[in-house]
Parts: sequence; C-alpha cells; structure tokens
Amino acid sequence: MNIGVLDLQGDVSRHRAALLSLACDPVLVRNARQLDDSDGLIIPGGESTALSLLLESSGLRSAVTERIGSGMPVFGTCAGMILLATSVLDGRDDQLPLGMIDITVRRNGYGRQLDSFETDLRIAALGEDPFRGVFIRAPVVVDAADGVEVLASLPGECPAGSTGAVLLRRGGILVSSFHPELTDDARIHSLFAGMVAGPVVTDRATAAVQESTCSKRGI
Amino acid sequence: MAFMSGVHEGQESIASLTGTFAVKSGLADMLKGGVIMDVVDAEQARIAEDAGSVAVMALERVPADIRAEGGVARMSDPALIREIQDAVTIPVMAKARIGHFAEAQILQALGVDYVDESEVLTPADEANHIDKWAFKVPFVCGATNLGEALRRIAEGAALIRSKGEAGTGNIVEAVRHLRSIIGDIRRLSVSDRAQRYAMAKDLGAPAELVEMVAVSGWLPVPLFCAGGIATPADGALVRQLGAEAIFVGSGIFKSADPPHRARAIVEACAHYSDPEIVAKVSTGLGEPMRGLDQSSYGTLLAERGW
Repeated sequence: MNIGVLDLQGDVSRHRAALLSLACDPVLVRNARQLDDSDGLIIPGGESTALSLLLESSGLRSAVTERIGSGMPVFGTCAGMILLATSVLDGRDDQLPLGMIDITVRRNGYGRQLDSFETDLRIAALGEDPFRGVFIRAPVVVDAADGVEVLASLPGECPAGSTGAVLLRRGGILVSSFHPELTDDARIHSLFAGMVAGPVVTDRATAAVQESTCSKRGI
Repeated sequence: MAFMSGVHEGQESIASLTGTFAVKSGLADMLKGGVIMDVVDAEQARIAEDAGSVAVMALERVPADIRAEGGVARMSDPALIREIQDAVTIPVMAKARIGHFAEAQILQALGVDYVDESEVLTPADEANHIDKWAFKVPFVCGATNLGEALRRIAEGAALIRSKGEAGTGNIVEAVRHLRSIIGDIRRLSVSDRAQRYAMAKDLGAPAELVEMVAVSGWLPVPLFCAGGIATPADGALVRQLGAEAIFVGSGIFKSADPPHRARAIVEACAHYSDPEIVAKVSTGLGEPMRGLDQSSYGTLLAERGW
C-alpha cells in the first residue's frame, strides 16, 4: 500500500517520517504520475496560498480532484484542511479550495504565531490516551454540514464563531486543524492508513483494519 | 534539553501552552519547500504573496542597499511592520540586531511571526547573542558552519539559515556555508561516541546537541539557505545541496521584473529536482540583480556573529 504526500511545499518530511514509522510506503507526489502510484494522499501543512498556486501550476489540481472524486482517501492537515474545505473565510481571491468536504474554515482563526499552541485532545476513535495537538497559525472550523463526523474537539474555550471541531471525517476524507506529524504519536496516521487499506469503516472496525495493514512499529 | 520538552508522550496538561519549542520550530516546518522574500513596503509584500511566497521579511532597506549606503542598520520602524502585517495573510518576519534583545522585545510586542537575529543589521553586542529562550516569538539565526548553528540552537533558535553573503547576488558564500554545515553533519553521523566529544570541542558546541545531530543525521531544527540567491537556478542549486527552504533578499526587488522573477523562484524551489521545470520558469525573466564579485564585497556581513 502506497500513501502519497503532496510534495509541493510544506511539512512533507515529518509526514513521511510518520508513515515510515508505520511501515507504510510513502510516495512524494509532485506530478500526476506519482499521484497514480498512490492509494491515498496526505496534503500537508504549509502556506495554503502557496500550495494553492503550486497545485494549479503543476497541473495537479485537476488530477487530485479527480482521484478524490473517484474515492481515493485523502488526509489534510492545517493548510491541507483549508484546501479540502468547500468554503474558506479570510482566504485570497486566487485561492481556490478543492471543495471536497462540506465545512467552512477561517484561516489563522486563532491569530498569529504568538497564539499558536499545543494541548491534549481526547479522541475516542484513538482510545484512552490523549493525543497532543500542535496548532500552528491554525484554521478554525466555523461550520460543518450534517454528515460530517467530528472526531475531536478543542477542550475548553474556542475562538468566537468556531465550532471547536479540530478533527473531522466524511467518507474517505479526513481533516485536522492541528499537526499530528509534529509529534511522535502516529495513531492518526494509522487511522488514515486504515481508511486507505479498506472501504470506509466505522470507528471500531478501523482499529481492526489498521492492525492488519500497517505494522505497529513505533507506536 | 529544554527544546526537547515541547511534546510529552502520554502526559496531560490542563491548560494549552503557547510559545513551546514544538510550536516555534513547527512554524519553520510549515515553511519548508518555500521562499521567504525580503520586502520594504506593503506593495512589495503583496507582490511576494501573489507570487506564492510562504512568508515575508519586513525591513527598511534590502541588504544590497544597506551594503551600498552604509551607516548603522537597525530594526525597522514599527509603522512599516504593521503596514506589512495588514497587507498580507502569510507570516511576517522582521530583523533585530545581533544581541539587541530590546529590539526583539518590540518585534514580539508587534506580533511578528518570526524574529531574525541578523548579521545584515549592525550588531549591538560584540560578545553575546540574544537569549532566545526568554521569548515566546520564535527566532531564526544565521550560521556559516555547524558549530555556529548549534550555538544558536543552544541559545534557543528554532530555525537556522546558512548566512551566505547578503546583498551580493553572488551564491558562492551560500554554497560554502551550506556545504560546510551539511558536510560536518555527515561527518558526525559516521563518527563513534568517543570521537564526538572531541568534535564537540572543535565545533565549540554543546556535546548534547552534537550527540543529537550524530544520532538523527540532521539539525534538531530546519535548515534554510540565505544570502546571494538571485535566480531560479540558484534556488534549485541550494535546495539540491540540502537547504529545506530559501530566503531571497535583494535578488527579487533589485531585478528588472520582480513579480515574474518571484514566481519563477517559487516554482524552482518547489520543483528543484526537475531541470525541465526550472528551465521553463527561468526563461525570459529580464535582468537579474547586477550583483557583486567577491573582490568588491567590502564588509563581510557573514563574519558578524560568532
């Protein structure tokens, strides 16, 4: 099973390391051929404005849209979440979201870098142990349509107008406003690997699927 | 070491934490593969953002002008920094003089996203760099070799850039510094433990950091390249040598066609290993910045800092 990491700009190396820790085979995706070799795709954090321009100029925008449309699982972190959303507030006019998951996000929703933070998240789908969420100039989810599953929410206070949701899923599309790749905890990558391995499954079944697809090395 | 304390496995904290090392170097991770451009006003900042820049560096004069005009180069006017912050949605960095922690405090109060403790400005302290652990805002520092890089990291820098020679449009110093840093990382990674104590002494760097580099095969923070990048090919060169992102100072706004050149350098930095794309974007960009030959540098900015 090959999981691609969109390699145009952003935190590619840490995602690659997380996949390697799961014994999943990462493919760095800079063109359509490399995308063809991928069974799933991670869109990393980075600057969503730069990523959006580079998606267009590389010809990958249509190829990625097409693959996701035909069922390829995709995981977007931070800027990746912004790119996959249907609606982006405080974006730029030339920033065209891929519109793959029916959520509205606000860029830099917590403020500037000085407001970037880390906190523990309770994620039922991952079991008892909390997951350390690292939020870097993160987007906030302002609205999520019915049918979008909220897997984790921010504990405590949220910025005004935010739903507090930070990890969401609909079908084969997983998005997080934080950066699981910046920790040594690969459980969310493992969850995504499970989505790539099999048909979209319920939370409880996911654990069983990922057991059989990725060795648990490093967790 | 303190900078390892950002993320604790299995440990729960009630409150969320800001200004941790994970959050500081995490922003640098997000800038990888991108281009950070020097800008002197809101209009240039918008051109940089339009071209796909991942961040801008706000300063009063680009290094080529600082070099030509001389005088003491200081932190920018806060009004200029605010104007640039208001003009773009991408991160805004700004420069403080080496050792000038009061300038850095002002930049933090202004809410800049990264402070560059920079040799391009006139140093304020001949012996000490800023204690960067005392700040919530992350710092980037320049280095000409591995020892200098590790000393800056020990002081709390969350990102290292090879210095090159700012304002020259000449890539030769950047290549030397990058090759020196990465060459020494490679030497460390094939050393045995006994050798590393001697290497730490030679490098003038903390043994604990030297050990980390030897084991991981890389710096504990990202490594970018600065100082002399003027063309898309320069960007492709330093990316292939191992730089994870690039800073372009005078190279864009001292050229004939800044928007076009800025865009081309962004493309070349992303597709650095594909010569066909770099060839395509390098075509018809007009005059690059004129640049300086090594014999006519005058002051060597890279020698500032220690």
